[in-house]
Formats: sequence, C-alpha cells, structure tokens
Amino acid sequence: MRKDTFRGGVHPYEGKKLTEDREAITYLPKGDLVFPMSQHIGAPAKPIVAPGDRVLMGQTIAEAGGFVSSPIACSVSGHVKEIKPVLTVSGSMVQAIVVENDGLYEAVEGLGEERDPASLSRQEIRDIIRDSGIVGMGGAGFPTFIKLSPKNDAAIDTIIVNGSECEPYLTSDYRVMLQEGERIIGGLKIILSLFDNARGVIAIEDNKPRAIEHMKELAKGEDRITVRKVKTKYPEGAERQLISVVTGRKINSSMLPADAGCIVDNVDTVVAVYMAVARRTPLIRRLVTVSGDAITEPRNFIVKTGTNYNELIEAAGGFNSNPVKMISGGTMMGLALFDTNIPVTKTSSALLAFKEDPLDKVPTQPCIRCGRCVAACPQHLVPQMLMDAAEKFDNEAFEAVNGMECVECGCCAYVCPSGRPLTQAIKQTRRSILDERKKKAAAAAAAK
Amino acid sequence: MKELVNVSASPHDRSGRTTASLMLDVVIALIPASLFGVFQFGLKALLVLVTSVVSAVLAEYLWNHFMKKPKAPYECSAVVTGLLLGLNFPASIPLWIPVVGSAFAIIVVKQMYGGLGRNFMNPALGARCFLVICFAGRMTDFAVEKGNAVINGFAGVDGLSRATPLGIIKDLSATTSVGSAVSVSDMFFGFTGGVIGETSALAILIGGLYLVIRKVISLRIPLAYIISCGLFMLVFSGRGFDAEYLIAQLVGGGLMLGAWFMATDYVTSPITPWGQIIYGILLGVLTGLIRLCSSGAEGVSFTIIFCNLLVPLIEKMTMPKAFGLEKKSKKKKEA
Repeated sequence: MRKDTFRGGVHPYEGKKLTEDREAITYLPKGDLVFPMSQHIGAPAKPIVAPGDRVLMGQTIAEAGGFVSSPIACSVSGHVKEIKPVLTVSGSMVQAIVVENDGLYEAVEGLGEERDPASLSRQEIRDIIRDSGIVGMGGAGFPTFIKLSPKNDAAIDTIIVNGSECEPYLTSDYRVMLQEGERIIGGLKIILSLFDNARGVIAIEDNKPRAIEHMKELAKGEDRITVRKVKTKYPEGAERQLISVVTGRKINSSMLPADAGCIVDNVDTVVAVYMAVARRTPLIRRLVTVSGDAITEPRNFIVKTGTNYNELIEAAGGFNSNPVKMISGGTMMGLALFDTNIPVTKTSSALLAFKEDPLDKVPTQPCIRCGRCVAACPQHLVPQMLMDAAEKFDNEAFEAVNGMECVECGCCAYVCPSGRPLTQAIKQTRRSILDERKKKAAAAAAAK
Repeated sequence: MKELVNVSASPHDRSGRTTASLMLDVVIALIPASLFGVFQFGLKALLVLVTSVVSAVLAEYLWNHFMKKPKAPYECSAVVTGLLLGLNFPASIPLWIPVVGSAFAIIVVKQMYGGLGRNFMNPALGARCFLVICFAGRMTDFAVEKGNAVINGFAGVDGLSRATPLGIIKDLSATTSVGSAVSVSDMFFGFTGGVIGETSALAILIGGLYLVIRKVISLRIPLAYIISCGLFMLVFSGRGFDAEYLIAQLVGGGLMLGAWFMATDYVTSPITPWGQIIYGILLGVLTGLIRLCSSGAEGVSFTIIFCNLLVPLIEKMTMPKAFGLEKKSKKKKEA
C-alpha cells in the first residue's frame, strides 16, 4: 500500500471555505510600489536605479547581491521616488526602492512575447530563471535557479510541484491550479527539459478534489507528469515530508532535496518559470489570499509585487471590525503584523486578519508531559525535551536531542494543552546555534 | 485602523485542548467506577470520595496561598489526585485518613517537588503507599458494615466481604480450581470486596475507553501492562493456561484501575512512544512478580511508584529516531 502521508502532524482549522470558491481577480495598484531588497534567502539585491530614474514594467531595478541572491524587477512603469528603509513582514527595516506608479504600465521591450523553450539551451533556461528573479514562492524564497542547478543533473529523478497548500486559510495555490493550470504544466515541462531522468509529480492534498481533477485533466497525454493525491494534514507540504510521501526517501537537515534525487517547487513558482521562459516576463506578480473573519470580503488577488497590503485590505472591503490579530502567511507559520503598511513581496502568500486570537484562550501553564507534542512532531523529535534544553540555554543538550532537525512547523505549540511556546523557544535556540556556527566558521576562515 | 493588535511568534492557532479539559476528562472517566463504588459500598463510600477530593483541593489552595504562588488558571489536577486517592480506600476507612492522605499527596509528593508537572511519583499512589505503610490494618480492612443490603444482595457470600478475591485465590492450592472459590464474573462486574474504585473492571474499562476515545491517553501503557502481566502469570503462576485464573488476576485487585488511570498519569510516565511500551511491560512483569512472590496478594501500587522512578532512564533509552536520521544511526551501530 502506498502511504499518502507521514507520521505526526496536526489538523488545524482549515478556513479555506472563505476564499476557495471565489475567483482570484487582478488588482492594479493605486499608490506607490515598494520593492524591498531582501525578498529571498541570501544576500540582499543591489539597486541599479537612482531616484528620479524612469523605470518600465519588467525592468530589472536591482541586481543579485551575490551567488545566493536574486534580482528584482519593477512591476509597473513610473519614476523611482526614493530608496529608503521600509518596514517588512518580519518587522525589520529593509532598504527598498519606492516607485511612483504612472498608471501607464509601459513595458520593457519584448515583455510578454512568446518564446519557444525548445529553442533554448539548458544553460540559457537557467540564466533566464536567475535573471527573472524567481525564488521559491511557497514562503522560503530560496532562489530557484540554484535549486535547478544541482551537482549532477542525471541524479535528479523527481520534480515535485508542491500544490498541497497545507497552511490553513491559504487558497492562493489552489486558485493558481484552477485558473492557471496550463502554465503549471508548461512550467513543469520546462523544468523537466533540464533533467533527462526526471518525472514530474504534482502533489495536491485531498481536500482540493477540483484541483486534482483539473490538473489530472491537463496532465493527460503528458507521459512524464503525474498528479499525486496526498492526505490532508499539516505540514504535508513541508519539503522533507512531501519528498518522503512521494518518493519514500527521507532527508535530514544536513541534506538537500537533490541528495534524494528530488527538486520541490511551489505551484506559483512553476508558473513564474513558465512566464519567464515562455513569455519573457520576470517575476512581477503573485497571488495573495486576503482572508480571515475580520475581512469583509475575503478573496484572492492577482497582484503586482510591491503593492501595499493596505490597498489589498481595502480591495477586500476593508475590516468588518477591529482585527485583534493580523498575519502575513498562514496561521501555522505566518508572521504576525503590527502594521499593514507593508509591501507584497515575492513570498507573500496571504494576509489574514482575525477578530479573536486563539492564543488568548490557552493560558501558559507548566508542562504536564502529556506527550501530545511528541505525537504531533512530523520530524519525530521530542519537543518537550527540546524546550527543556532551550529554557536552560543548554545548546549542547539541545543538539544532542536533534534540535537542529526541527522544521519549525509549529505542530508542537499548536497541540500543547498547557499553551507552552514550544516552537518559539526551539526556533530561538536554533537561531542562536546557527549564529554560533557562523561565527565559528568566520573565525576559522579568518585564522586561515 | 490604529488599534493595538496582538503580535506573537508562529504558530498563531491552538488546538483548543487545555490542561483543565484533559483533567476534566479524567474526572469524567472516573465517574463510572466512582458510581459503582457508591452503589456497592453505600453512602459511606461517597463520603470518603468527597472528603478526599475536597481535602486535596484545599491542601493545594492552602499551599499556594501560604507559599504566595502567583494566581494561575485552575487546572483541576488536584481533583483528579483526590478522586484517585479516594477510590483507593476501603469504604470502612475513618474519614481522617483520606484527609491526611490527600494532604500528603498534594503537599509532600506533588508541591514539594515543584508542583504540577514536576513530581516524579504519582501523588495519589505515593500517598496510598504512605498510608498502607502507616495504617496497614485500616487500609486493608474490607469488612462491610452489617446490614448493607447492597453487598449482601449481590455478593451473596459473606466471606467475600471480608477478604478480596485476589487474597482468596492466592491462598488456594495450585490444584483447586479458581471458579470453586470465587466467581470470576462477579469480579469482572465488581460484586466483590475491595477498595471503593477497584472492584468493577467493567466500570474502569468504560472509563478507560472514554479516555482513549477522547484521545487523553493512548493504548500503549494500559495494553502493554495488562498483556505482559497476563503473559507473566501464564508462564510463572504454575497453573499453565487456566483461563479463569488469568482473568481473575487481570480483573482482580488494583490492576485495571492502575493500568488505565494510575500508570497513564502523564507526569510520571514516559513521554516517548517506545518508552511507554517498555514501561507498560515492566509494570506487568513486576506486578506479576510481586503478586506471586510477596506475602500479600497485591502489587500494583508499589509497582507503579517503583517504575515511576525508572521513567527518566526509560526515556533516555527510547529517544525516538529523528526523521531522516534513521539510517544514519543504523550505520553507526554497524560500524
């Protein structure tokens, strides 16, 4: 029997009903567009325009700041107003290019024109993906061209398109599959053309039967592409869990998906690959779910990157009452916001606003060792012991109980009946250990 | 929109299960056994249970008050401790003993070691063992007051109201059949002598089933305990495969109450899945050993508090393999 899921995980309230059946509509920005230089993992991008410059839609306004980095393209036409630090979802201030939208949407030459991927060499395809600023749009923001350039192309046998969308409330991937399914197939075919031995698997959770049916319909006749139904459970879409479900191979924190012969890309990322290679369009749009019970008309928007969150809230009918909690991303791994004057970036999947905060209802109490966190952990760790070590600032003990294998999915804190901030404590300790490692590596390099 | 909003690190949702709701579920699961005890032993039993619970809650309140503990939302754990302890008294107990027991359980076994989640020994059982040592006679005085219509009506045999069926079985010679001395079905339904909460295996099983359905406990500890104890008896009792004897051993005495409600106590049982199975097996074997080799017929309480002490060791030995690290550790072993 094929296993359609992994051991552990939780079933949080899905909340997808709010938005899943409403078509995602295109929203055109009214105000200034803001492009933070850090929208990806790696070095920040470097601006190549100056205040006062006229920029066009699709024009690269910032270049990659290193190998692991990504350029940024402008999503509208207009003038560069200023370059200044702005607030981003993480709460930090990041250098950003502010563009005044002239509403003309004058594009750079060739934008949107069709191009036959078959006429391009593999290196050309990879270069296009790199120069189009494509990063993982599921949330992590890892530059896609690096993922698509493993050490050994022949060893890659599975390209997984992640349409599981296990985060509660999010339906943007679902809408992409329903509305732009052809582009997903097109993008996947482009990626498959890079890897001779690979097959493509589109993984979708079984709570999205329409998407599964639709993608199956589109994949008919494509002998290298299959659609795989996986069980609805959080975090089914986590990279390591998804790889193990689809291929039966397991990777740990010291391995890359490529070590298991896999490459995992989010559906919207695959669409971006298609747009870049076959339509000459860099990454300048994405789907954003605006949802939650404090939003008047929850729905998905196809937006230009750089659009202000406030505009999206307004487009969704505004707040129906004062929100108590606002989250960028899903309820399990998203970031809480204290201000919505924040731009949409390449990785913004959702903006949620709620009337109530579930955290208010579970007081923090001592651990009663009920073992719920152990049962829920998809990484098969013992979060209770990790938190114990974290509270004592005992990094050594933390690593001894495999703390670095944590994927920070949030299942342990979700199930804890004593409302203990397990994930949060573990996350903090992981950061401090990673920092220490970096410092050590830097010191070692300096000594040489 | 310039109101203050909540900011927190992810995850931003909670399952809604709280410690209080878990404890409340345990109390609900103990209701069948408690009701049966009251039905069996009369209102005196109810008085014992109420005294235990009230004094446990009061002891905790007084401790928190005099130790100037910050006010915390109430989690009902003292109710569970009090009720479990109460179910371990014979109905004939003088009421001051439950008061002493509850105070000992809460203050000495639980609070002095750091309170909720920090005690290394099941408070109710710790207190019970303390009381058995101090007041052995009263704790095992199963004589039922004369004129108790209930016990006379159901148990029928006077002898049963004096000794527990397990005691009777222990004194039997290996060749006498169990059925000739005690009624195994009475033992299952609970129409026998014993402490308030342990007599009816059926009532305890109903409560245990409730806990499993409500996902308060997993089946690992109770099943490992009961099965291993049964197997141990099968091999070492000298009676071979004697179904009546085996069933009598499993439904008799404190085994059921211990396996479903005492051994599964979160704080004092292993947190690792394999640890729970090993813990259950250890309990089963030790209970069997004590029942066969010691002078008394019972062994559940001492077995559980003894195994409570082994929990950290068991956990250390049964750390689960992290996802993606399984193969590595195998290689290490080979190397």
